[in-house]
Amino acid sequence: MANVTLRNVRKTYLGGFEAIKGVNVDVADGQFCVLVGPSGCGKSTLLRMVAGLETVTGGEIDIGGRVVNQIEPADRDIAMVFQNYALYPHMSVFNNMAYGLRNRGMAEAEVKSRVEEAARVLELSAMLERKPRQLSGGQRQRVAMGRAIVRQPKVFLFDEPLSNLDAKLRIAMRVEIRKLQRRLNTTSIYVTHDQLEAMTLADILVVMNGGQVEQVGNPLAIYEKPATTFVASFIGAPPMNLMSTRADEIKSQLGGSAGEAGILGIRPEDFVITDQTPSGGVAMSLTVEAIERVGAETFVYGAREQEDQRVAATPGELPPGEVIVRIPGTDAPAIGQKIRVAAISSKLHLFSGDGRKRIEA
Amino acid sequence: MVEQEGIRRYVAHIILWIGIAIVAFPVYIAIVASTQDNALIANGQMSLLPGGHFFEVYYQTIFVGTSGSTREPVANMMLNSLIMALLIAVGKIAISIISAYAIVYFRFPLRMPIFWLIFITLMLPVEVRIYPTYKIVADLNMLDSYAGLALPLIASATATLLFRQFFMTVPDELLEASRIDGAGPLRFFWDTLLPLSRTNMAALFVILFILGWNQYLWPLLITTRDDMQTIQVGIRKMITTTDALTEWPIVMATAVLAMLPPVFVVVAMQKLFVRGLVETEK
Repeated sequence: MANVTLRNVRKTYLGGFEAIKGVNVDVADGQFCVLVGPSGCGKSTLLRMVAGLETVTGGEIDIGGRVVNQIEPADRDIAMVFQNYALYPHMSVFNNMAYGLRNRGMAEAEVKSRVEEAARVLELSAMLERKPRQLSGGQRQRVAMGRAIVRQPKVFLFDEPLSNLDAKLRIAMRVEIRKLQRRLNTTSIYVTHDQLEAMTLADILVVMNGGQVEQVGNPLAIYEKPATTFVASFIGAPPMNLMSTRADEIKSQLGGSAGEAGILGIRPEDFVITDQTPSGGVAMSLTVEAIERVGAETFVYGAREQEDQRVAATPGELPPGEVIVRIPGTDAPAIGQKIRVAAISSKLHLFSGDGRKRIEA
Repeated sequence: MVEQEGIRRYVAHIILWIGIAIVAFPVYIAIVASTQDNALIANGQMSLLPGGHFFEVYYQTIFVGTSGSTREPVANMMLNSLIMALLIAVGKIAISIISAYAIVYFRFPLRMPIFWLIFITLMLPVEVRIYPTYKIVADLNMLDSYAGLALPLIASATATLLFRQFFMTVPDELLEASRIDGAGPLRFFWDTLLPLSRTNMAALFVILFILGWNQYLWPLLITTRDDMQTIQVGIRKMITTTDALTEWPIVMATAVLAMLPPVFVVVAMQKLFVRGLVETEK
């Protein structure tokens, strides 16, 4: 049991490339922290620095009140689950899990009882004598988990552990991991690029971009009040619609409340198809361009009447002038039809012109 | 393979059989000649069918040796060859796997220059550096010894390169997982890298054993005593050219015996080969 604190952690590679530009995160004891961001944002590097697999070039990493910058991975009391599982191919499932314990000189009886307990929890008891190549992807993933939990470490580190699984298994394992973590109550840091995984797993969500932390907090709080346009478009699927407040139609509706804001964001699920304009809210006309029916809900892709300037937001960015509207059920307007959509004032997100700052109306 | 019908299949088979016959015929002749009477062979009246002297010829070859040129029994020569070939094969594998491990997994000053130095030695086979090598072995008093036979041939750039290439295909995560599991560099080498290299080592062993077994020039140079003679050198010495009659049945029997250990190694190791090919997982 331990908390993990990152204080102004930096990583600069020999060539001068700055992968991590000063990160501060505080994960309390037993919390599940998820690092999320697009590929290349430094989230895996940061995790590997906590594990001790990458050196720290600035700042401090503190695990359970001990600065571990100079401590070997084996002595940090952490366990890690790798994306490709990194099981020892020539060892049986039992030996894969027992290896770390035996290296620490644990008595064979204790090793056996720990491995068997972990195998029972993970439903691997029938496969202890098999080699990794005789297991399915999901089973290998569970062995990798088992190797982590037998150690009873202070901290679990997960490096995109589910990305090699198919979609269905991924959801099942996601729930498994969460349940397991709740029960063991072990501090965990989990890296993913999948925002859905991030939202569902995290107690504390860290959204990263370009080696920096964009926002830290409770996942729902981040969803409701994204701090930057990057977070707004990264968290939530489909992404938040971002548009310039300078477009005439929007400018006139926002009136004075726009203030210094340059960008208006509205989530697809906050739009309603209606002819009325709620007071203080925003309404706009769209020409329907595409429809995506997924069963329980339908996404309508519409083009705004007037083109406006391009709004800067990187991942999942929509083409200028395109708006996604999510409507429940499958009853959607026809393609080419003109519709009018509106969102109420409490569902409007305002950002500074460069997208780096949220502005509360 | 696509099933071929009728005549084309027969043509393919005939071609294959002709190929086999060309390869196998000299071997057959050697076996036949080793069972016949020397006088018949010397007169040029050798039969293409096996003769009746199998047991006496092989008994004499293995335990007594020829009556003329060299009197060393072939059993002793085979033992010498076997010891030399094993020392070379095992030594090469041991040295090269360790140096490949150092080059791939450790960062030390002059790592790349050292790697290139090893690489460059590929261009200096024994034949090229034979005089200095002989001088060194002689100065170290290793003439007529197993150490002298094997040591100069043990360094191997090829095997080092092979292991280096293999190590570079081993995922980094295995090393990282080992580090987190508390395994130091030696542990990782013993517990993970060596078991994973097993099939590579088997393949190399076959190649290197045959290479060692077939050495001729080096053993010829540094062994002078008959009891240190290897089989390849021994065969040559049996074929006298001047005054005496070459005892062809014994020469052929020796050649057949010289073939057996490499054949045995290939056949015995084949299973490991195939298993290595099937286990693609790293």
